[in-house]
Amino acid sequence: MEVAERSAAISGIGQSDVGRRLGRNPMELTLDSCLAAIEDAGLTRDDIDGLATYPGNLIAAPGFSAAGVTEVQDALRLNLNWFSGGPEAPGQLGSVIDACMAVACGLANHVLCFRSVWESTAQQKGVVPGGGSGGGNYRASGFMSWTLPFGAASAANWIALFAQRHFYEYGTTREQLAQIALNARHNAGLNPKAIYRDPMTLDDYFAARMISTPFCLYDCDVPVDGSTAVIVSRWELARDLRRPPIRVEAVGTALHGRPSWDQFDDLTTMACRDAGPMMWSRTDLKPADVDVAQLYDGFSFITLAWLEALGFCGKGESGAFVEGGKCIALDGELPLNTGGGQLSAGRLHGYGFLHEACTQLWGEGGERQVAGSPLLAVAAAGGGPLAGCMLLSRS
Amino acid sequence: MLTMPDKPFRILPRLNADNEFFWTSGADGKLRFRRCQDCGYYIHPATPICPECLSKRIETEVVSGRATLLTFTENHQPWIPGFPTPYVIAIVEMVEQEGLRLTTNIVGVPAEELVIGMPLRVKFESYDDVFIPLFEPELQ
Ligand SMILES: [Zn+2]
Repeated sequence: MEVAERSAAISGIGQSDVGRRLGRNPMELTLDSCLAAIEDAGLTRDDIDGLATYPGNLIAAPGFSAAGVTEVQDALRLNLNWFSGGPEAPGQLGSVIDACMAVACGLANHVLCFRSVWESTAQQKGVVPGGGSGGGNYRASGFMSWTLPFGAASAANWIALFAQRHFYEYGTTREQLAQIALNARHNAGLNPKAIYRDPMTLDDYFAARMISTPFCLYDCDVPVDGSTAVIVSRWELARDLRRPPIRVEAVGTALHGRPSWDQFDDLTTMACRDAGPMMWSRTDLKPADVDVAQLYDGFSFITLAWLEALGFCGKGESGAFVEGGKCIALDGELPLNTGGGQLSAGRLHGYGFLHEACTQLWGEGGERQVAGSPLLAVAAAGGGPLAGCMLLSRS
Repeated sequence: MLTMPDKPFRILPRLNADNEFFWTSGADGKLRFRRCQDCGYYIHPATPICPECLSKRIETEVVSGRATLLTFTENHQPWIPGFPTPYVIAIVEMVEQEGLRLTTNIVGVPAEELVIGMPLRVKFESYDDVFIPLFEPELQ
């Protein structure tokens, strides 16, 4: 099988300021990250001939999307040979995977990929999440029409239902789930850009207010303002750039079950169940070869689901795998969410994991750098019916 | 259909040709789904072609209203003003067909007494033109 994504490389990364209620123009944050990534790759904007983003500039929950392809193309006066932006994709990283395919097919040489959020500032303005006006006449449509009438307004509720079923079938506990949050907080303490950096104990975790059982506040990621960008380049071109290129070894984009939060056949896992094995089917590398894992934690349970889906442990065994936290620590068998994840470093919505994977592969993690010069990383993003993952190697 | 005086504020679904039968079904106290007349498959959410056998012979049929609790969460976060917390959100499976599921609320029982797998039955709460299907424990 020809694995097209192996013709693609990550050649640069960039990130804007990240914070709570920055009150900054979200377009400015977006352009900050885009220009940083272009410079990081050793390119200029004249070299950029492709543009990709998730979810595009759609009308959605407040702050969910700061900019689409059109705004960034125009702001940077880019001459594009290929572009793509939209929400119907295998997770947030679907946009980056699209870019890999575009360079592999010769549609573009250097694709600027970005994801921008400004949920922290937008939500402060008091608009009701879920796209509604909050007025008495608002009615729910689409998938939300099946959940909002029951007060299931948030992915916190939808994912909690999966977590509870996992607890029931496999005996997973809140103590185990807590390790995802505690590990993220520990690593965030070593990341100067993280949002929540104060140490957290298991007692702190259990003292936190409940959101939707079994999720307490610390099982839920923190909305922020911020933008992340990466440059996807054709492999042959990336070799001559500023940085040693990071090869895209394999990607996973499958969704075999029903594309739904409540109709998926197995309520102990999600779309990641299909994306993970697909990724491994496209490479001879194995889960045991992975040096560092950056797995989506919009809610803590999603990380457990990704650990199983990617074969780092068996089905139903993720609770035991993370128990005590040693295995997933920076000096553990599988260093996990080394920058603090979305739980403690902020909800950069998928792209933050890819950014951190590249940071680790380039050995630029500072105090949180995994020892031993990691060569192989996984970045995975998405929960529910959204799932996409990438296997990345440093040459 | 008795209307509960203390019912919460609910954001109602926008009715359309595909879902109106479902949300108005409770007017006579009965729950309905679309069902393929060729292979017997219940289809939810409704589609014009049966996803199992691709037949277009699809009709609306009454079901028993009995279901099993697949999973639940007790929500404590006040997402919606006027919807008092805590409340239980659940996914239930209708006894008629594996995988025929609804997201709903479990009412009439404290969260501590809920057990996954327990039998449930539908009851409705009415709002304007909409009858919201909720579930409560089936009396043994
Ligand atoms: Zn049929």
